[in-house]
Amino acid sequence: MSTDPVQVDKISGQTTTGHEWDGIRELNTPLPRWWLWLFYLTIAFSVVYWILYPAWPLASGFTGGVLGHTNRGQLTQDLAAAQAARVQQAAGLENTTLTGIEADPKLLELALAEGKAAFGDNCAPCHGSGGQGQYGYPNLTAGRWLWGGTLDQIDTTITHGIRADDPDTHASAMPAFGKDGILKPEQIRKVANYVRTLAKLDPEPGVDLDAGKKIFADNCSACHGDEGKGNPEMGAPNLTTRIWLYGSDMKDLTTTITYARNSTMPSWGRRLDPVTIKALALYVHSLGGGT
Amino acid sequence: MSLDVAEIDDDGPLYAAAKKVYPQRVWGTYRRIKWIVLCVALGVYYILPFVRWNRGPDEAGQAVLVDMAHSRFYFFFIELWPQEVYYFTGLLILAALILFLSNALFGRVWCGYACPQTVWTDLFLYVERRIEGDRRDRIKLDEAPWTLDKVMKRIAKHAAWLVIALLTGGAAVLYFEDAPTLLRQLPTFQAPSVAYLWMGVFTFTTYSLAGHMREQVCLYMCPWPRIQAALTDTDALNVTYRSDRGEPRMSVKEAARASAHGAPAGDCIDCMQCVAVCPTGVDIRKGSQLGCIQCGLCIDACDAVMAKVHRPPRLIAYDTDENLERRKRGEHNVYRLIRPRTLLYTGLIAVTCCVMLYALVSRSSMNMSVLHVRAPLFTPTVQGGVRNGYTLRFSNKLGQARDFALDVAGLKGAEMTSVVAKPLGDGRLTVRVDPDATLEAPVYVATPPDATPGRSTPITFTATDALTGERKSVMDHFFAP
Repeated sequence: MSTDPVQVDKISGQTTTGHEWDGIRELNTPLPRWWLWLFYLTIAFSVVYWILYPAWPLASGFTGGVLGHTNRGQLTQDLAAAQAARVQQAAGLENTTLTGIEADPKLLELALAEGKAAFGDNCAPCHGSGGQGQYGYPNLTAGRWLWGGTLDQIDTTITHGIRADDPDTHASAMPAFGKDGILKPEQIRKVANYVRTLAKLDPEPGVDLDAGKKIFADNCSACHGDEGKGNPEMGAPNLTTRIWLYGSDMKDLTTTITYARNSTMPSWGRRLDPVTIKALALYVHSLGGGT
Repeated sequence: MSLDVAEIDDDGPLYAAAKKVYPQRVWGTYRRIKWIVLCVALGVYYILPFVRWNRGPDEAGQAVLVDMAHSRFYFFFIELWPQEVYYFTGLLILAALILFLSNALFGRVWCGYACPQTVWTDLFLYVERRIEGDRRDRIKLDEAPWTLDKVMKRIAKHAAWLVIALLTGGAAVLYFEDAPTLLRQLPTFQAPSVAYLWMGVFTFTTYSLAGHMREQVCLYMCPWPRIQAALTDTDALNVTYRSDRGEPRMSVKEAARASAHGAPAGDCIDCMQCVAVCPTGVDIRKGSQLGCIQCGLCIDACDAVMAKVHRPPRLIAYDTDENLERRKRGEHNVYRLIRPRTLLYTGLIAVTCCVMLYALVSRSSMNMSVLHVRAPLFTPTVQGGVRNGYTLRFSNKLGQARDFALDVAGLKGAEMTSVVAKPLGDGRLTVRVDPDATLEAPVYVATPPDATPGRSTPITFTATDALTGERKSVMDHFFAP
């Protein structure tokens, strides 16, 4: 680019910018004046904006603007509006029984959506994002329920918790058979091997399973049942499935029988409203089904 | 570009006041065409929102409706969901190609006749002329001192403009809500505030663009003149001053004198009528230019003058640059409407139309998507089998509720369960999807006890409309330890 003297274009009578690119010169066409006014308008707009809205940073904080607008305030308003809308929807869930909700496609859709959100907020840390559970925290997707799998039973379990600080909580305690000296280590080994056979798992070779069966009948069947099928009244697990809360190998079983496992869940009735718990019961049940 | 070599000191002003254009009234073929196009365009614009279209009791009954609240777009028999907005891409491509083709054939016909800026500016000019008079009267009125008469005329003009602008804005919002309802609500201030907001926005833009900005929009805001200049060729029919016939321009008397002496005399009498009627204030005799929207009004003006001086019409006419050059060489006119570029544009338009038509005809009125539950990937069942979870989402794009029966294939003895889908009739799980709605259903697929499925088994879900038999199949996988 070279700078030439300003020239005048014959056709348009327009001056040029004086710049030349490979023989091409640019006409120095003036912008329309309204363009300039638009520019002034944007400046005026920004001044009005500074007065109305938060704008300038100060040493400690910022200019607030006379409208008192904040993004956080906006969010609070939006949340309040969403909450108000939710209360309206919740009325349908509140006035309908759990089985009634399950039979009504519209209410069920609402309950499942609400339950999913509440599950993510409250239950997922222990039970996993999809209810798959983890070591010591029950898998809710398997259709097996320690304290009963009907909708009402699940609702009760969530409301009052397990071994929680709640007068109506599910409370049962398996004795620490080894620690408290009820069974000797050799007996524990025998009964553990017997329990493995209930779930069609292979016992250790050469173990006296009949003795194990006798020990089971004397010490365990009161809660777990003669056939080891468990009892949801007492939260005693069914031992004949392949679903194990604390593992099914000999080491895990020995630890379980020796020290007992009495894990807890909070009573959510103190933290969540009944409608949310209803929604949770329906959602949790939808994960695994069963009773 | 020829340049004066003389040096000058002045760089020129940075900003220039817009030169006011006072288009003069004109009669003729192209003016008539423009009035007809204006009436049709405005007629369509104002009547379309009130055309009804029966889609059943649960759906909007308006033929053309952009339903933001329910995210649906209705166009007569077509109903588009948000995920189908790609149809608009096709429409935009088609619009661009048609614009290119029309440009290759007839130049800026869009600008001159159908562009909303042209249509509304024409309407505003008509109002201005009815109130303030024709070109001369308006120039005089602008220069006149502020008398009561001038004030009254100005108030009348701006009031009329604002009413038209308000009606324009009012019609625009009718495309976004049920028109008859909104029409009742608007005057009684019961309409949603957003309707008034947009009405205000369109009122303002119409009033300022058609009343005040006019040719400035074409000159400074619109990208099309720039693109058009790059797309046109010497065979395109543009509004052209036939300089071969018109030059050298001179008055009738001078022409007679020149002819008597055997000197060349052009048909142009330099009456400046073509400039006076031009809505953008350009001089067509300078050739094709950015400011010329090719509305043809100068043709009408020039024809009227030619008739008066008893010369043949169409000194200004739709003509090609090619013919201009050919005539100067003494050759015949040649009109080449069929050329590689028009064939290419036509071909592309045909292809785009076919693709869009196919997409529209083969569009399914139902859909199903499947999402495998990731946590957990699989779970053991009490019965001793393995179970996978899937989230199925069904769409029903018709105006009545439909039952979709579910099948799963590819896994031996697989059993499907769901709290949302219920077994109906033949025992297959069935979901009922509301009219014009979607439904999400968690579905579980389990193997029988002691089955040993592989780590990953491809399975296929099929949803079948219980009545019509229309079906949709989606493949997914069944995972096991």
